[in-house]
Amino acid sequence: MSARPAPRIGFSLEYIMWIFIRISGLFMILFALIGIAGAFWMEARIYFQSGEFVDIGALARWAFFPISSHVSSLVPDAAAWSHAWWQIMQYLMLFFAVTHGVNGLRQVIEDYVGGTWLRIMLRGVLFLLWMFFLLVGWQLIQGNIIT
Amino acid sequence: MALKRSIGLDGIRYKGGINMLSWRLHRWSGIGIVLFVGLHMLASLSTQVFGSSYLADTINSIYMSVYFQILVVFIIYFHALHGLRVILLDFWPRFLEYQKEITWAQWLIFIPLFGLTAFIMLLIHFSAG
Repeated sequence: MSARPAPRIGFSLEYIMWIFIRISGLFMILFALIGIAGAFWMEARIYFQSGEFVDIGALARWAFFPISSHVSSLVPDAAAWSHAWWQIMQYLMLFFAVTHGVNGLRQVIEDYVGGTWLRIMLRGVLFLLWMFFLLVGWQLIQGNIIT
Repeated sequence: MALKRSIGLDGIRYKGGINMLSWRLHRWSGIGIVLFVGLHMLASLSTQVFGSSYLADTINSIYMSVYFQILVVFIIYFHALHGLRVILLDFWPRFLEYQKEITWAQWLIFIPLFGLTAFIMLLIHFSAG
């Protein structure tokens, strides 16, 4: 059994993505923790007003992606959950998550699809998919801003 | 940049060892997250732009089921924890000596974390009735 070696250090897509996938993974865990901390921060105020907590499923949805529609059916005042801070977090999370996911698919393709025209075509499809999902996410974030 | 590292489908064959199972679960959970997040984004966009439609509502009703949410929590917790393990082993290769122990430690963290989340989710689900 032989492990695939880490790519050589240098200015290449392989190395940049190797670093990126690890850094973005760490960042997404950090964002989830910030999201949970922020949810408790905002919930404390809601709790004193209405005596209700947001349930853990909503908290998990919020941690995975801090968009107000993930909690808006449960919280009385969703404006705080749509603050500029959370919008910035959403854009960062969107970029990291979509790039991390598409790069994961790229790894799968590079591993199992032989070096034919099919692989080159799939690379192109992945690039389009990357752009497409960034735009979709952008639109979703824009459409969910509550003021 | 041309890559020459295609290993073909032979790479999927089970070669033994708990770490191959971990690697396999990591890859499958990654593909699962891509599918879940991608479909979820498309369904949300469809609802947001075109209003409710049969397809989008069906996808969303699956995602609202508590059992599916527990599955998603399992997949994402596993992927995150295993990712941390990969980062640890890649950036500090001297830990490679203790791979197996780190895998067990990963599960020791995973089981209470996932169990507690799933337990509270089910508790809320059944108490809300």
